[in-house]
Amino acid sequence: MRQSVRTRIILFAILSLAALVYLAPTFVGPLPEWWSNFLPASRIQLGLDLQGGTHLVLEVKVDKAIENNVERMRADLIKIVREKGVSSVTIEREGTQLHIKAPAAGAEQVRGILKSEFGNLAEAKPSQTVAGATDFYLMLSKDELRSLRDYAVDQTLETIRNRIDQFGVSEPIIQRHGENSILVQLPGIQDPQRAKEIIGKTALLEFKLVDDNANVEDAIKNGPPPGRQALYGQSARKDGIGAEQQAYVLESRALMTGEYIQDARVRPAEQLQGASVELILNQTGARQFEQITAANVKRRLAIVLDNRVYSAPVIQERIGGGRASITGNFDLKEARDLAIVLRAGALPAPVEIVEERTVGPSLGKDSIREGVTSFIVGGLLVIVFMIAYYKQAGLLAVVAVLLNVLSMLAFLAGFQAVLTLPGIAGIVLTVGMAVDANVLINERIREELRAGRAVRSAIEAGYKNALPAILDSNVTTFLSGVILFQFGTGPIKGFAVTLCIGILTTVITAVYLTRIYYDYRITSRKFERISI
Amino acid sequence: MELIKPGTKFQFTRYRKIAFLLSTVINLAVLVALFLKGPNLGVDFAGGTMVQIKFAQRVTIAQIRQGLERVNLGGGVVQEFGDAQANEFLIRLDKTPVEAGALGDLVRKALTEQFGADKFEVRRIEFVGPQIGEDLRFRGTMSVIVATIMMGIYIWIRFGSAFGARFGLLFGTGAVIALIHDVLVTVGALMLANYEFDLTVIAALLTIVGFSVNDTVVICDRIRENLRKIKRETLESIINTSINETLSRTILTTGTALLVLASLYFLGGEVIKPFAFALLVGFISGVYSTIFIASPVILLWEARTVKK
Repeated sequence: MRQSVRTRIILFAILSLAALVYLAPTFVGPLPEWWSNFLPASRIQLGLDLQGGTHLVLEVKVDKAIENNVERMRADLIKIVREKGVSSVTIEREGTQLHIKAPAAGAEQVRGILKSEFGNLAEAKPSQTVAGATDFYLMLSKDELRSLRDYAVDQTLETIRNRIDQFGVSEPIIQRHGENSILVQLPGIQDPQRAKEIIGKTALLEFKLVDDNANVEDAIKNGPPPGRQALYGQSARKDGIGAEQQAYVLESRALMTGEYIQDARVRPAEQLQGASVELILNQTGARQFEQITAANVKRRLAIVLDNRVYSAPVIQERIGGGRASITGNFDLKEARDLAIVLRAGALPAPVEIVEERTVGPSLGKDSIREGVTSFIVGGLLVIVFMIAYYKQAGLLAVVAVLLNVLSMLAFLAGFQAVLTLPGIAGIVLTVGMAVDANVLINERIREELRAGRAVRSAIEAGYKNALPAILDSNVTTFLSGVILFQFGTGPIKGFAVTLCIGILTTVITAVYLTRIYYDYRITSRKFERISI
Repeated sequence: MELIKPGTKFQFTRYRKIAFLLSTVINLAVLVALFLKGPNLGVDFAGGTMVQIKFAQRVTIAQIRQGLERVNLGGGVVQEFGDAQANEFLIRLDKTPVEAGALGDLVRKALTEQFGADKFEVRRIEFVGPQIGEDLRFRGTMSVIVATIMMGIYIWIRFGSAFGARFGLLFGTGAVIALIHDVLVTVGALMLANYEFDLTVIAALLTIVGFSVNDTVVICDRIRENLRKIKRETLESIINTSINETLSRTILTTGTALLVLASLYFLGGEVIKPFAFALLVGFISGVYSTIFIASPVILLWEARTVKK
């Protein structure tokens, strides 16, 4: 017995020491270097609701990427059909599907081409032959769709990561979230608005020719002529409210896109002009740009970013060297942000913010202060009450509860779990609930004493008989914590985590720790009276 | 110190009919209110945008609304948040033609024009798209239902294996009925107090389910023990004895939990207030439902099987 008590005291002493070691990085200021070499240096991480920051869920508009892909296939198909000399075939894209209409003479040939060259297309519905002409309805095969979807989401994630890295946020979290969504968390960010713009911009840069013969007003009113599109220019006023915007009619086909950009640099404002962004193209891009400009001297080349015309200068002469610049009404910050997104590249598909939670730093600080205050006050109330009610046994319970809180916090630090505001509430709640196990034991001991048992056997019976109820009640609470963790997001998960950790530490401290004290008393001297 | 003197013998089960009637009426009322009026859904579940703003000096709701009208956001709901001295407001906006996620920034812009840039601080923006809101609503409701059923199953298995399947089922059923009662009472109280339903409320409901079942487990445990020990008394008397024997534990445990919850409610800040409120109501209801509903359910069953 004596041996076992000593072993258990040493064991708990080691555990408490370990808890303190884990908590040191969080509560003691900066630690010496030798510490981080040998001992755990991870701190309790605060959730975004406590340290401030932005939580975003972005949905990748995968259908758009699929449409782009189908559109490219349409262009390929048209080219091949023309090369093979099949005439009067029309090919239209309808959403993510292709609709091919072939005359009787060419139907078999089209079928052949589809079979040999477009294995990744599947029938959306069976082809129909009416009055000699055959209609084919095609879509991308399932495998192709899946890989395209994965590619679009992964690529978007990489690009966003790239942009955020360049923007400069410490310890961002960027993860895939479900099938089509991406989760972005930016702790401690000062200007969430700007970050959102950088993340959410598709940044599809296109060079398109302006059709100067078209009538702009007509195109806006009645729709542009085939092969043309009407786009607006940048508005003069920044907020876009009430300002007149210039419209352009452009050739729909992009001569070049932003994929060849090697670098993008900010050029500060000059006398009459705002800041601009200079693009430096790679070799392929430079060559292509030279060819394009050579072939279209005296025409206007529109620089289009996300379907907005930034400028449409007249090409004076062939431009070599692979440099172009985007001008607009930028201030320096905007130009810098634009350079970031152009450098990181375009998103393969547009993204939409479907969830945002932003907490300003001052609210986070208030939450921590209020959380800690309520914890201290609540804890003191419990301590006073327990000691008044159970005297020495109450004091013992209080020690157990304090150690319980200590080990909970150590767990949080050790496992890098995130502490959120509901998490603090979870800790406060655990203090209230941890008392339960102690109460069950103490009430039981009182009962056994009343039944006339001697102190020693009353303690033994008390612990033994209280155990099933303690285990049962903690298992059920643990179960609901697990469900909460499965279901919850962000801060709520933090609550579930503290609840579950709290239950584990509660059972250990209440059942085993307090028992050591009584066993010690039993072995050391006569134990006839107990303060409970 | 002792709150409940040993040997106390309240005949709790005697009041079971009144309790059943009272609880049924309350629960039905909550259900009717849920279906007719529906809970006041927060952005988490309804979708939309919520912006929390703290002003440097006193402003009125009318002034804020005036600012919002500049950008055609006059339809939003503006309300004070927390103390009157805090100068804090919540602005709630539903779906508008503005691009998703940009509403919070539009509010910032509107208020900058109205009050000036350094006169206020945006403390919190929450935006949830309608799709996500619907998804969270479904999952939230499901999680509470699943948790409740799982508690019943756990008790069924736990007590069934030790004491025969029929008794396990009795305890399990009693527990589930009591839990449904607690959840409904809490939901009703939240609706009466006009709190919004959001994710933290779901967290509170799940905690209530987990905590309230503790009481049921402890009392069932004692009933099981006494059934074994005391042979010559009626089931009703054994149930009463068991409730009385665990009464001081029930009061003590819930009492300390309520102490810390009260401190959370009064000192924990505005954001956590609905959560603390829900738990306060739910824990109190949990004690009542264990004593007056979960335990007597076993009797109800007994009466029926005897009649057969």
